[in-house]
Amino acid sequence: MSEDIQTGLAEILEEVAGVAPADATPEKSFTEDLDVDSLSMVEIATAVEDKFGVAIPDDELANIKTVGDAMSYIQKNKA
Amino acid sequence: MSTSDGDVVVTGLGATTPLGSDVASTWDALLAGRSGVSRITDDWVKDFPAQLVARLATDPAQQIDRVRARRLDRSQQVAVVAAEEAWRDSGAADAGVAPERVAVVFGTGIGGALTLLGQDDILEEKGPKRVSPFTIPMLMPNGPAAAVGLAVGAKGGVHAPVSACASGAEAIRWGLDLLRFDRADVVLVGGAEACVHPLPMAGFAAMRAMSTRNDEPERASRPFDKARDGFVLGEGAAALVLERGDAARARGARIHARLAGAGGTADGYDLVAPHPEGEGAGRAIAAAVRDAGLTAADINHVNAHATSTPVGDTAEASAILNTVGAHTLVTATKSQTGHLLGAAGALESVFTILALRDQLVPATANLDDPDDDAAVQALDIVRREPRRARLDAAVNDSFGFGGHNIALVFTTA
Repeated sequence: MSEDIQTGLAEILEEVAGVAPADATPEKSFTEDLDVDSLSMVEIATAVEDKFGVAIPDDELANIKTVGDAMSYIQKNKA
Repeated sequence: MSTSDGDVVVTGLGATTPLGSDVASTWDALLAGRSGVSRITDDWVKDFPAQLVARLATDPAQQIDRVRARRLDRSQQVAVVAAEEAWRDSGAADAGVAPERVAVVFGTGIGGALTLLGQDDILEEKGPKRVSPFTIPMLMPNGPAAAVGLAVGAKGGVHAPVSACASGAEAIRWGLDLLRFDRADVVLVGGAEACVHPLPMAGFAAMRAMSTRNDEPERASRPFDKARDGFVLGEGAAALVLERGDAARARGARIHARLAGAGGTADGYDLVAPHPEGEGAGRAIAAAVRDAGLTAADINHVNAHATSTPVGDTAEASAILNTVGAHTLVTATKSQTGHLLGAAGALESVFTILALRDQLVPATANLDDPDDDAAVQALDIVRREPRRARLDAAVNDSFGFGGHNIALVFTTA
């Protein structure tokens, strides 16, 4: 399950921000390690909703700092 | 009050156009008489009176990194492609110019129309939450200038003149001023346009400004010809690198030409229609020639704005005849490139510079039967094939809806 989420998230990160799939590991920080800016985070949130059916409200998005944070959020809120 | 001797030179050229993906291929295609115009085949066009377009020879998204490209409107993509070519050509990056002394002036007529209209479709179909967070930076009219500024790391100011089809030429004039006022050491200037979409096409067609010669695409853009019936919308960008002559020579830069003078006026006549005798256009040309320290007799060549509209071409012919004279060799390169709107003045300045370099005036395509207008008849408009001539000084003029008139004078290096 979490592998599917990691793979799906890696696909989104590659498409939106050009992050190599091998780099999209749980400990990576979006801004510090992957050079993903705040506007790209908004795009990522939209893509996550499309792919996983999980909407991320803005106040939750602000707390998502790493790939692992995003994976946990998706895991927890997936129907 | 100028703080330098006013000697400004062009050290870099770049372009991506309907004729080619860079300056060299565009110039070769122009001299070979090739046309960039084709008929639109998309379904949406079938109810349109004007179905012609001059599309880019190469998709700019193929020329830049994918992730970077998806955050740039097509008008920004072409700006970056042309600007990076000009920047490389100038060698300024290797000369150690401080970023704080590099400025950008890049104009556009319409801006990010494709983004605006595309995101409006998304808004209508999927709602506001699906609108891209990059919508605003992609549609803003300073978007091409800002993207170019980032591409070359310019920190000395980034500016975006918007004066319809004079925007590209106006950018060059602003660049000249920045150097004369010592506000920068290197200025990357140009214009960009990419708005081939049903809405702009319908709008221009509603003005009856576009050619409807749909069955003969390559014959449709025919400036000064009796049978002209409007312009053909084109897309692309062109860029120039400007520097003060002493600094450019000191670093051993190759100098393509001098930007000797510029003039700008407004018609004060009508929001759209040009003054019928080209009064404001003529004042702009006269001001540019004066600014260059030359007289009308010195101007060997004029690259005309000449868009192939019935009213515009004759007004401009009067302006050229009255301010420069019948001795000058005139050409209208939109006959092959189509009308690149906010990029036109920059692209035609590149052509003017190359004409000076090669001592060769490109021909005006499709000029089979010059208009009966007395000024058109009096002018020496180069047609059928390029003409070799002694060229020391040349004018490029550009005009835009709103009554904007810009003229630039270039001289040989």
